[in-house]
Amino acid sequence: MSVDIDTVKRVAHLARIAVDDADAQRMTGELNAILGFVEQLDEVDVAGVEPMTSVIPMEMKKRADAVTDGDKAADVVANAPASEDNFFVVPKVVE
Amino acid sequence: MSELTRLTIAEAREKLAARAFSALELTDAYLAAIDAANGKLNAYVAVTHDKARSMAKASDARLAKGDGGALEGIPLGIKDLFATQDVHTQAASHILDGFRPRYESTVTANLWADGAVMLGKLNMDEFAMGSSNETSYYGPVINPWRAAGSNADLVPGGSSGGSAAAVSAFLCAGATATDTGGSIRQPAAFTGTVGIKPTYGRCSRWGTVAFASSLDQAGPIARDVRDAAILLKSMASVDARDTTSVDLPVPDYEAAIGQSIKGMRIGIPKEYRMDGMPDEIEALWQKGIEWMRDAGAEIVDISLPHTKYALPAYYIVAPAEASSNLARYDGVRYGLRVPGKDIADMYEQTRAAGFGREVKRRIMIGTYVLSAGYYDAYYLKAQKVRTLIKRDFEQVFDQGVDAILTPATPSAAFGIADQDMASDPVKMYLNDIFTVTVNMAGLPGIAVPAGLDAKGLPLGLQLIGKPFEEETLFRTAHVIEQAAGRFEPAKWW
Repeated sequence: MSVDIDTVKRVAHLARIAVDDADAQRMTGELNAILGFVEQLDEVDVAGVEPMTSVIPMEMKKRADAVTDGDKAADVVANAPASEDNFFVVPKVVE
Repeated sequence: MSELTRLTIAEAREKLAARAFSALELTDAYLAAIDAANGKLNAYVAVTHDKARSMAKASDARLAKGDGGALEGIPLGIKDLFATQDVHTQAASHILDGFRPRYESTVTANLWADGAVMLGKLNMDEFAMGSSNETSYYGPVINPWRAAGSNADLVPGGSSGGSAAAVSAFLCAGATATDTGGSIRQPAAFTGTVGIKPTYGRCSRWGTVAFASSLDQAGPIARDVRDAAILLKSMASVDARDTTSVDLPVPDYEAAIGQSIKGMRIGIPKEYRMDGMPDEIEALWQKGIEWMRDAGAEIVDISLPHTKYALPAYYIVAPAEASSNLARYDGVRYGLRVPGKDIADMYEQTRAAGFGREVKRRIMIGTYVLSAGYYDAYYLKAQKVRTLIKRDFEQVFDQGVDAILTPATPSAAFGIADQDMASDPVKMYLNDIFTVTVNMAGLPGIAVPAGLDAKGLPLGLQLIGKPFEEETLFRTAHVIEQAAGRFEPAKWW
């Protein structure tokens, strides 16, 4: 499978990465090289094979449904580029 | 170079306990070595002088009372991927500018609880994506090794290039590292150091910046096999905060060193004999086989038929998981923010400016293979191929094979800004051809220096073990170390 420049631009938007035409042109070539490389997997018959989920058989761990942490609002926003009264500040989302 | 910095962890531990010198003297020796070398090698992205000295003083107080921990007073470098409270933690990325976490990763907390001293944060490929440490926002790390008669700069490998270079150049006693496709073992091989990626689930991933969650695993890079065993014992734990942490006690890895390998069965996989592999790598592998045989091991030819599919499957699984993990960097909660005309534009401008080329490339691939209609064809298929890769190993282990011996890398360290690698991303990816199968199957693997090539550059061998049998790897790797000797670069920096 290969991608064209419009697909690359669409994927870039899905990934929320701004690209100009030159970026998209370069990425088209790079992505096609990688997609060409992974095409080898078409040779492998995976009929009846389960996807791998763990290294040794193990049950998914579950914790008790209890509050174990919290009251750290100041810590949570400590690294924010913009915050006010322990809220994250972002550009206006709703008119 | 100070004599103190030349001691292994095992040697320093003994001398510190005997009060032959203080932890502060040892730490100061390393800080002086870093300050003198880092301008040339670029191994550290942040040096924590004050914190190191205050931790060393606290170690001296504990040592004086006779209650030092297993790593009391041992100065370590920490890969920039591990969250360290109030200290630079950026995964060597621009997008995490200024990030100082309010918490500590489990792995580093374990090391500090055992008395280790933090010297600073080590350079790496951005978000651990790379095999040459050239994708770092902070610029490339320079390998302390140079080809004989040459002063051309070489890469230290990646992504843990800062860790490997710092250990090799005596800028820390040992270092933490992480390995998603070979990021501990390939740089260890390129710098003549020892690196082990333990079984997936052995070290907690809590507080380690995520790249590909089903593959990421922390481990140490050290000067010798014993030091790697000492470090892994402290780094590993069972952690309720990581649901993939496995509930098994951490053994005393150091006790495995020096145990005989007589009667062990060592597998030699025919699929690792690649077309176009340099003769030197083949010769090194043969030497390793001889050393194993001389030590009493039985050599068995084995087949791992799905080996060639590991790297293509990896380049679906890893970017897919990365595209999801890296969605959190959006200019809202931490790091860089670039203003835009609305919130979506702010996200797009921030991510365009904050991520480097390789990271963007992998996010794009990951987004594409996970986009509507492609999940089954790519990600699900790749996860099924993983099952087949893992099954290959299980069948070999079921036949009584205890460990598998392979080359660690297809070549020695290459030059900075290598034109071939720069023009074709797949060429760079092929560096991980021998290491990536181990991540895909979740197994433990160790890289140990085994010799020098014709240009005088280090080459490594890899041993692969059964799940949670890291002790077998320390035993067998120690045999190679005893036979091959240890290697250190000639100081030019």
